[in-house]
Amino acid sequence: MIKIVYNGELDPRLCKQVLGSTIPALAEADPDVIYLDSDLMNCIGTAKWGAAHPDRAINCGIAEANMIGVACGLASEGFKPIVHSFGCFSSRRCFDQAFLSAGYAKNDITILGTDPGVTATMNGGTHMPFEDMALYRALPGSTVIDITDPTMLESVLHQCVDLPGVKYVRVGRKSYAKVYEEGSETPIGKAITLREGSDAVVFATGIMIHEAMQAAQALEKEGISVAVVDMFTVKPIDVDAVCEWAGKTGAVVTAENHNRYGGLTSAVSEVLGARCPVPIEHVAVEDEFGEVGTQSYLQKRFGLTAEHVAEAVRKVISRK
Amino acid sequence: MTTETKELKALAAKIRIAALTAINSIGSGHTGGALSIADALAVLYGREMRVDPANPSWPERDKLVCSKGHAGPAVYGTLAVKGFFPYEELRTLNQGGTRLPSHCDRNKTPGIDMTTGSLGQGVSLACGMALGEKLRGRDSRVFLIVGDGETNEGQVWEGFSFASAKKLGNLVVLLDWNKRQLDGWTVDIHDMGDFEAKFKAFGFDTVKVNGNDVDELAAALERTRKGGDKPYAIVMDTVKGAGIKEVAETAMNHTYPVTDENLAIWKERLEAEIKELEG
Ligand SMILES: Cc1ncc(C[n+]2csc(CCOP(=O)(O)OP(=O)(O)O)c2C)c(N)n1
Ligand SMILES: [Mg+2]
Repeated sequence: MIKIVYNGELDPRLCKQVLGSTIPALAEADPDVIYLDSDLMNCIGTAKWGAAHPDRAINCGIAEANMIGVACGLASEGFKPIVHSFGCFSSRRCFDQAFLSAGYAKNDITILGTDPGVTATMNGGTHMPFEDMALYRALPGSTVIDITDPTMLESVLHQCVDLPGVKYVRVGRKSYAKVYEEGSETPIGKAITLREGSDAVVFATGIMIHEAMQAAQALEKEGISVAVVDMFTVKPIDVDAVCEWAGKTGAVVTAENHNRYGGLTSAVSEVLGARCPVPIEHVAVEDEFGEVGTQSYLQKRFGLTAEHVAEAVRKVISRK
Repeated sequence: MTTETKELKALAAKIRIAALTAINSIGSGHTGGALSIADALAVLYGREMRVDPANPSWPERDKLVCSKGHAGPAVYGTLAVKGFFPYEELRTLNQGGTRLPSHCDRNKTPGIDMTTGSLGQGVSLACGMALGEKLRGRDSRVFLIVGDGETNEGQVWEGFSFASAKKLGNLVVLLDWNKRQLDGWTVDIHDMGDFEAKFKAFGFDTVKVNGNDVDELAAALERTRKGGDKPYAIVMDTVKGAGIKEVAETAMNHTYPVTDENLAIWKERLEAEIKELEG
């Protein structure tokens, strides 16, 4: 069941609360689920449960590469590890370990990367991954997900545990605009149409879902009809959904809190180029490093607002 | 107390005020780990390091790598007090477009010698800088501040063994042994055991000092001037949150709010201390 309840308002639940309740719930439901963190349990609300369950929650200290390796060793023993660090560290700080010890050696693990892109706000440029999806997309057989809201986070975590391969899930710790009614299930790999439209389609992920919906509402007043599709599974991309909407609208925009290279924009472009070519514009970071600031400052600074989405839609329609 | 001791203690208090002022601008930050190194920064910039605030990129200067980059506000506070940039600029911490981001950034801040924030990386960077000074034939030294939690990272030990193997006697590691990391006490999270023994085993000339005592720090740093074939390690026994009782006594103080009210009280206390020291 998926029920879309978007009205622009924030979901009252923080994603770190969802992580803090879902990880213990998964571990309690399945004795093979094991959670590893790298000195960031307090950041996702798992510290208290972790302290009470030292056999189920392993604090590896500030040693992400080692943590991935340990998780892979556990996977070879039949465990289903869920590992966490900030997105910057759970991608680039341990990528060779994720690539070889997990991917190549076929030790299946779920990797959580919190505070993707501009949601890293006050931690600044060193902590602001605009490249994490690009890295994990390049890992053969991987699944790459950019979470839309707390409800989706819960659903995705439940599915990841038993999914083969390396699963990378990026999610902000704060809240998101509520898109799905609590209890909705969002099957990995299936795009979700949030809004129908005929002039253009916006494929969006993560915080850009809200911006895309706002842009679509504003454009409607200008007489432009825009579809918005939640492409939360960036890999494997839903090829049918991309082609279906490219065909229906003839104009595509991608919107992602990530570098324009290697993430959603690349994934959608690859499908369009090979299967159903139509004009495409992107709303993404223009190959820059991050910097410090509030999220609203950073969204403006890196061109990740509803206005930028609207502008891209107008532009892509003009190219039809 | 000697005049120099008084001066260094006053400088440490000024650095604490400056760091807290910066953090206050955004309400909260890495307060505990900034406070624990204030005394070391006072001795480094007040006594030991060869630097010129008017010429922050002077090649002959001594260099600092604060590998625990989240203590940026403490380093910025030090640099502001020493006149590397206007004091009021501390108020821009983490604001959009600032030169003072939460983690040290060599491309943004006058006086910041290396970019850090991903724990562990500063160690290798400092090794490269120390090697570079030697290859260039300069007598500049590199001071490296490392967090105790940070030493969980394998890269830290790769760097330490490199420093020893390459005989980097111009490298001085200051380990901030404040016994706490983000999730709590280091012994509970990932016990690193005896740092002094570890450094010795890695071939470092090693001493342990009270890292919140300027005299002990000054003496330990003075020893390192003789250079030689071994890198130096100063294991600083510190308190996370040192100098501000309320922060130090809060177990989980990796981040700690600096409200306007807190700042006013703490500033008043530190200013009284400075007044007494400066007579
Ligand atoms: C590679 C990496 N992993 C995780 C973090 C997040 N982080 C920032 S500070 C910190 C704890 C640091 O503890 P410690 O080195 O003891 O510093 P201090 O106690 O002096 O603040 C963590 C986990 C980081 N900055 N870098
Ligand atoms: Mg510490």
